[in-house]
Amino acid sequence: MAHSTFPARFEFLDEIRELVAEVAREGGFSEKDIYSLQLAADEAASNIIEHAYAGVSNASLDVTCDVDDDELIITMRDNGKPFDPSKVKQPNLKADLSERQIGGLGLYLMRKLMDDVHYESNSRTGNLLTMIKRRG
Amino acid sequence: MEITTQEFKHCDLIKVKGRVDSATAPDFSKALENANNDGRFKIVVDMSELEYMSSAGFRALLATQRNCKRYNRGELVLVSVPARIHEALELAGFTELFKTFDDPIEAVGSF
Repeated sequence: MAHSTFPARFEFLDEIRELVAEVAREGGFSEKDIYSLQLAADEAASNIIEHAYAGVSNASLDVTCDVDDDELIITMRDNGKPFDPSKVKQPNLKADLSERQIGGLGLYLMRKLMDDVHYESNSRTGNLLTMIKRRG
Repeated sequence: MEITTQEFKHCDLIKVKGRVDSATAPDFSKALENANNDGRFKIVVDMSELEYMSSAGFRALLATQRNCKRYNRGELVLVSVPARIHEALELAGFTELFKTFDDPIEAVGSF
């Protein structure tokens, strides 16, 4: 299992994607799946940095990545603002150019790219995001 | 990420190499805005050496496409989109918002 704590800054997205790719590659995931896993992890971490930690300096983000049988499991823990995914409006992918909204696209992509996306908020332990992808 | 801009008579060719994510997307946005601020609204984005793009990059493309198409003054088109990036754009429902070409000469010639 890989586990690392990153400063909650966009400059570290590269390293977060690399951590996920290494575990996925060792776990025998295809290059197509590895790209999807990196994109989902990036979108998740970007959302945490941008929204949960909006304006907070010196914040950190705990990332684990593990392969268990045919599943790859990514977790991200933060101590930022709690997040309720049910409050995020699903983007309308059929809207024309002028009405197209970009908000909510990260979460939408995470759900499309992963088999399971689960959020838990706890006032003591913070927010925990768990994302699972089964080997295709 | 690395960006090079080439001005043609009828359009700008903006080549973006490497990885566009939340860290690098602001610079990508700026390159696109610079073209618009110079009054250039016909833009070809060459993705042949792009390795990765997250929704932060998609956001920059969308904002620029809106600006370019306003008053019918132009359009942003994509060329040589790598398969993985195309799949992500498709998931996001973005492929119908951008014309795509396989060849830069063909894309530049379309204006």
